[in-house]
Amino acid sequence: MGNVQRVLLLGGTSEIGQAIVRALLQGRSGVHVVLASRNPDSCGAFASELRGRGASVECLAFDADDPGSHRGVVDLAAAGGDLDVIITAWGVLGAPQCALDADPVSASAVVQTNFAGVVSAGLEAARVLRQQGHGTLVHLSSVAAERTRRANFVYGSSKAGSDAFMQGLADSLVGSGARVLVMRPGFVSTKMTAGMKPHPFSTTPEAIAAATVKALRGTATTVWVPGVLRVLFAVLRHLPRVVWRRLPI
Amino acid sequence: MSLSRLTGWGRTAPSVAEVTVDVDPQSLRAVLGEADARGVLARGLGRSYGDAAQNGGGRVVCVAEHTVDVDAVSGVVRAGASVSFDELISALLPHGLFVPVSPGTRRITVGGAIAADIHGKNHHADGSWGAHLLDLEMMLASGEIRIVTPLADPELFWATIGGMGLTGVVLSCRFRALRVETSRVLVDTWRTNDLDGTMSLMAERDADYRYTVAWIDSLATGGRLGRGVVTMADHAPASAVPDVSPLGFSDRARIGVPRLVPSGLLNGLTVRAFNELWYRKSPVQRTAEVQGIGEFFHPLDMIRDWNRLYGRQGMLQYQFVVPLGAEGTLRAAIEGLARGGAASFLTVLKRFGSANDGYLSFPFPGWTLTLDVPTGLSGLSALLDGLDRTLVEVGGRVYLAKDSRLSPDHLAGMYPRLEQWRAVCERVDPDHRFQSDLSRRLGMRRRSAAST
Repeated sequence: MGNVQRVLLLGGTSEIGQAIVRALLQGRSGVHVVLASRNPDSCGAFASELRGRGASVECLAFDADDPGSHRGVVDLAAAGGDLDVIITAWGVLGAPQCALDADPVSASAVVQTNFAGVVSAGLEAARVLRQQGHGTLVHLSSVAAERTRRANFVYGSSKAGSDAFMQGLADSLVGSGARVLVMRPGFVSTKMTAGMKPHPFSTTPEAIAAATVKALRGTATTVWVPGVLRVLFAVLRHLPRVVWRRLPI
Repeated sequence: MSLSRLTGWGRTAPSVAEVTVDVDPQSLRAVLGEADARGVLARGLGRSYGDAAQNGGGRVVCVAEHTVDVDAVSGVVRAGASVSFDELISALLPHGLFVPVSPGTRRITVGGAIAADIHGKNHHADGSWGAHLLDLEMMLASGEIRIVTPLADPELFWATIGGMGLTGVVLSCRFRALRVETSRVLVDTWRTNDLDGTMSLMAERDADYRYTVAWIDSLATGGRLGRGVVTMADHAPASAVPDVSPLGFSDRARIGVPRLVPSGLLNGLTVRAFNELWYRKSPVQRTAEVQGIGEFFHPLDMIRDWNRLYGRQGMLQYQFVVPLGAEGTLRAAIEGLARGGAASFLTVLKRFGSANDGYLSFPFPGWTLTLDVPTGLSGLSALLDGLDRTLVEVGGRVYLAKDSRLSPDHLAGMYPRLEQWRAVCERVDPDHRFQSDLSRRLGMRRRSAAST
C-alpha cells in the first residue's frame, strides 16, 4: 500500500502532478502535501481541495528557471519531516515548432525549463532522499523523450535530456534506499495540449496517476502509460530515419 | 559498518542505514559521538513488523550483549540485550525456570522485548514484559552507562519500557523468571460459533488459566462472525507429564519458505480455505492436552521466514486494543475487515489485564485484535485509517511495534501520556540522538508548543 505521508509536488499546477497527488490521497487523511509552483497563489484552489480531503497543505514558490533557488525549496519542504515522494511535474511545450525554428532564444528557454531545471531540482531532490535513506523521485517524462519527432523536436529533445538525466540519477541512487521512477506517458489531454488533435494511444492524467501509485508499490524504474507504448516504441525507435520522419504521428 | 537496506518483519517500507554489528559499549559510545542529525538506533532481530527498527540515512547498531546469568535459587536472571528468547528459554528451562512473558515467536531479543514492552497469552494474569523487570543497564545519549531501576529513576525506567528504543540503548536487564516443573503446558480447547461465544468464554474463564487466546476466522460473516477457536492453558505439573525429561526442550524450525514467492499466494480464496480447515479440524471441546512450548507459544517459528509467504509486496500487521466497554467497536472492526475482504489467516483475539506504568506501553484492560493482511489489498489504507479514527474516539490504540502506516495526527490521541514521555526523552537525549523511521514518521520526538 505504501505508507506515503509526505509528498512534494514540484510544478504544483501540473494537471498530471495534481492527479498523482489525488491518487496518493485516495481514501486517506493526514497526508502532508507541499505544492511548489512559480506562483504559489495559483495552487490555492487545489490546496483547498486537498484540505477538504483531510490533507495538510503547504504552498511554496518554486521557479524551475532559477536553479540557485532549488536547494532552498527542497530543504524547506523536507524541514517538516521525511519526504516519501517528490514529483517533478513541470514542463512547457513552447511555441509550435515552426515558430521555434526561427526563434532560437525561445527554443533554448524551453530547454532551460524542461531540462536544465530538472537537472538542478532533481539533484537537490536526490540529495535529500539519499540523506533519508528512503523515498522516491517521480519524474514525468514523455514518449517524446524516446525519439524526437520533426513536429516538436525542441520539446522532444528537452524531454529526452531530462529523461536521460533521470536514468543516470536512478543508477546513482542504487543502494542508497532512494529511487527514481520515470513515467513516460503518451499524448495526454491536458491544458498544455488543449486544441491539439489527440494521438493514438493517448492517455489521461488519472490513468498516469493510477499507474504511478501502482509503480510506487513495486520496483519498476520506467513505466509507459498506456503500457502498450513500451512495445510500440521498442519497434519505432529502430525504424530507419527516412521512415520515422514520414510517419504521420 | 556498511550501508544496508533494512525492513521490518512485514517487509514493507525499506530504508538504508549505516549498520554496525557486534557493537561493544566502547564502540557504541563512539557511534553516539559521531552521529549526525539522522541519529542512532539499536536493532535486534528485526521482528517488529513496521519501521520501528529502521533508521534511514542514520546509524543502526546491533549490540553484542549475549550473556545470561541465572540465579536458580532466587529465580532472578540477568540477560544481555541481544539474547534471543530462544536462547533465553533454552538457558532457563534446565533450572526449572521460564520467561515470565512469551510472545508469539522466540526470534526476538531481550532489548526488543523492552522497547516494545511485549505481551503474551498471559497478559490478563501477569501483565507485559516491563512488569517483571527489576532494572535496566543502559547507555544514554551522553555515552554514560547507568543502571535504571523503577525506584531510583521511575521516569526513565517507564519511558524506556515500551519506548521503542528512543531513550537510550539497553545493554542488559534483570528480571524475575517464572518457576515451572516441566517444559509442557496443559491445553483446553473450545470451538466457538460466533463473536459473543468467543468473548463470553474468554471473559468467564480467563481467571482460571495463566494463558488464554482466541484464533478468529476473519472471513466468517453474518451469524458466524467472530467464530473461532479458544485455547487456555497452564504449565503442566511434573505429575501430569510422566516424561523422561520433563524440562527437555528442542524445537527447531521444520520447514522454510523459499526466497521468491509469487505475490497473491495468500488471497481471499486460500485464506478462506485455510480458515475453514483450521476451524473444522479443531475439536468442539478438548481438555488437558499436553503440548510443548513451541507448539503452544510459538507455532509460527516452525516455519522459517514465514513472512515471505506474502510475496514481494509484503504484509501489514494491524494490532489494536479497545477498552472494556467498547466491545461494539471491536465487533464493528471485525465486521468491517471481513466485509473489506481483509483475508487474514492469523487473526488473534485476547483480553488484556492491567496496564503498567510505561508511558508508551501498548496493553491496557480491554480487547486486543491482531491480524495480518497482504499490503496489496485495495482499499486497505482507507479501511484502516477509518479504524484508527474510531480507535481514537473510543480511547483505543494501535501497537507501535506493528505499525508502518499510522498518521501522526492520531498518536497523541492514542497515547495520552506522549507529552510526559517526550519530556523524559528531552531530559536524557536533548540532541535527539536516538531516532528511527517510526519516530520521524509519527513525530514522536517533536517538541510540543508547550515545551519550546
